[in-house]
Amino acid sequence: MTSVRYDNATRTYEGTSVPAVDALDLDIGDGELLVLVGPSGSGKSTALRMLAGLEPLDGGSIRIGDRDVSNVRPRDRDIAMVFQNYALYPQLTVADNMGFALKQAGVPKEERRTRVREAARVLDLEPYLDRKPKHLSGGQRQRVAMGRAIVRRPAVYLMDEPLSNLDAKLRVQTRTEVVELQARLGVTTVYVTHDQVEAMTMGHRVAVLKDGVLQQCDTPRKLYHEPLNLFVAGFIGSPAMNLVPVGDERPLRLGGSAIELARPGDAALAEISGAITVGFRPEALQVGEGPLRAKIRTVEDLGSEVFVHLSLEHRGQPLALVSKMMPPFDGEPGDSIGLQIIGATHLFADDGSRVVSTTATLQAASAPAGVASDASPAAP
Amino acid sequence: MSDGPSPRVVGESRSVNGAFGLLAWVVGLAYFFPVFWMVLNSFKSELDANASPKLFFHPTLDRYRDVTKSTTGLLSFGEAFTNSAVVVLVSTLIVLTLAIPAAYALAIRPVAKWRDVLFFFISTKFLPVVASVLPIWILAKNLNLLNTRMALIILYTGINLPLAVWMLRSFFREIPRELIEAAEIDGAGLKGQLTSIILPMAAPGIAATALLCVIFAWNEFFYAVQLNPVQGSTVPIWVTTNISTRGDFLAKLSAASVLACIPVVLAGWIAQKRMIRGLAMGAIK
Repeated sequence: MTSVRYDNATRTYEGTSVPAVDALDLDIGDGELLVLVGPSGSGKSTALRMLAGLEPLDGGSIRIGDRDVSNVRPRDRDIAMVFQNYALYPQLTVADNMGFALKQAGVPKEERRTRVREAARVLDLEPYLDRKPKHLSGGQRQRVAMGRAIVRRPAVYLMDEPLSNLDAKLRVQTRTEVVELQARLGVTTVYVTHDQVEAMTMGHRVAVLKDGVLQQCDTPRKLYHEPLNLFVAGFIGSPAMNLVPVGDERPLRLGGSAIELARPGDAALAEISGAITVGFRPEALQVGEGPLRAKIRTVEDLGSEVFVHLSLEHRGQPLALVSKMMPPFDGEPGDSIGLQIIGATHLFADDGSRVVSTTATLQAASAPAGVASDASPAAP
Repeated sequence: MSDGPSPRVVGESRSVNGAFGLLAWVVGLAYFFPVFWMVLNSFKSELDANASPKLFFHPTLDRYRDVTKSTTGLLSFGEAFTNSAVVVLVSTLIVLTLAIPAAYALAIRPVAKWRDVLFFFISTKFLPVVASVLPIWILAKNLNLLNTRMALIILYTGINLPLAVWMLRSFFREIPRELIEAAEIDGAGLKGQLTSIILPMAAPGIAATALLCVIFAWNEFFYAVQLNPVQGSTVPIWVTTNISTRGDFLAKLSAASVLACIPVVLAGWIAQKRMIRGLAMGAIK
């Protein structure tokens, strides 16, 4: 049983001064499915390749189980990797592709065949064992790539965007299959994706990277509800969190309305100096009744939910907000509509870190902040 | 072949295409005609060959009998053919043996300063052949290699090696990196990666490279005539022995030339598909 540990692991590509992965500290538990997520250039693939041994370390170390593998060759690390383009050997049949690693390891032919059959059965690949990869569909190739990994029974699976080349529907379906397979096999897995939905749905924990630096590693729920900083808050969630720079005025204002914070929030606010960003998720922004008026830009009706894109004047500039409503919703683009915040609201300090999460309400534009404060049930 | 008029999707109109097609045929035939005439001449008597151009004649294989019969005593057809075959095959084998690891080091695990290395390889081709022939002749003489096959094997290996390294490097670069990485993770060492991934995938490219080496070595004349004028000489030298100072020799020379052409034409024809795939490999993704 195997855990993985990145300890201060750093990789700087030749000819660049900024590390692609900068002092990464990460513990991955035995049997865990950890997802590395981030925009392109965030270092997530590099971090995975460092674990695979395909990128050397410029600093720090990586352990697989009890063993420091920092200077161990990829083939001696007891890992299996699934590549984005699958990297199937084109001249070998499906069976030979899946049995390649066993053959290299000198496993006898009979056992090889048994293990390949076993994996093929799990992945519904039995009818295709004698085909060459070019005669397979994208989804089948993906399964062969998975099969090649599981046949080996390695200590760790590494997956580098293995679903990116599938079409949307197949991707969602395969996503579930990969999660089930991983749970069944119970093998420690590191999974790289740029798709935050994939990350949130698949990962036991999700590590968010930006510019080679780990921003936060937490369960999907914590990432969503307690993002450590502005980047994580904006990256996780679709549509993204509404992030409103409100400057350093007090009280905080959104458009013409004062933002009234509930108990832990106002105390924390008193201790922050400098510009603040207020964040609230689309589902925390309710349209219809409310003290603040905004104009509807577009309405996206997905059937199960409706995204209302809004525009309002904030600090002299147009500000775009998005609200998630339950259908039915009958506003039209161009309509003027009321806004209210009804859920969690996060305050981010000047350096981007989250200071506090609380609940907030918008006050009527005409009401002075002090009066509104008295009316709030959360106020002292 | 023609599907009749079909809706035009891209490209020029039919008449422009037709004109280009016609031009291509004219140019092609103009290039082919001398070869055709040579083949024709080889089946004529000397009298017919030297008479005013004659399309109809009594075909005869006598000229082929003449040239393959060792009469001059100097260099027989059989001898020259054997020499050529040995020199060409051995030198090509050595070239591939040396060029494959070199190309691997330049394409898949680039060594430090690989650009300089690559330039160095090709820079050996800059020197005019004429400028190098005297030092090479002196070297060969001092090493007692004049009039030996060994001299030509060494030379042709040297001549073809840079080209082979360049070609193989570009073929190796076409192999997706992930495949080699996957093999590496799957436990294949250098030997395993080479034999199960790189060589099978680059096979068309290696075949194209080998074929070019064979053709260049088979056709080489200059060094052969300088270093091996008497013994160990190759087919191109033998062709020229059919030129005589007295009497007509056009038909005989044609027959000899045709014999010299057959192996490379045959090799090219057999390897055509692989070669075109190999040569076009870099062109399309």
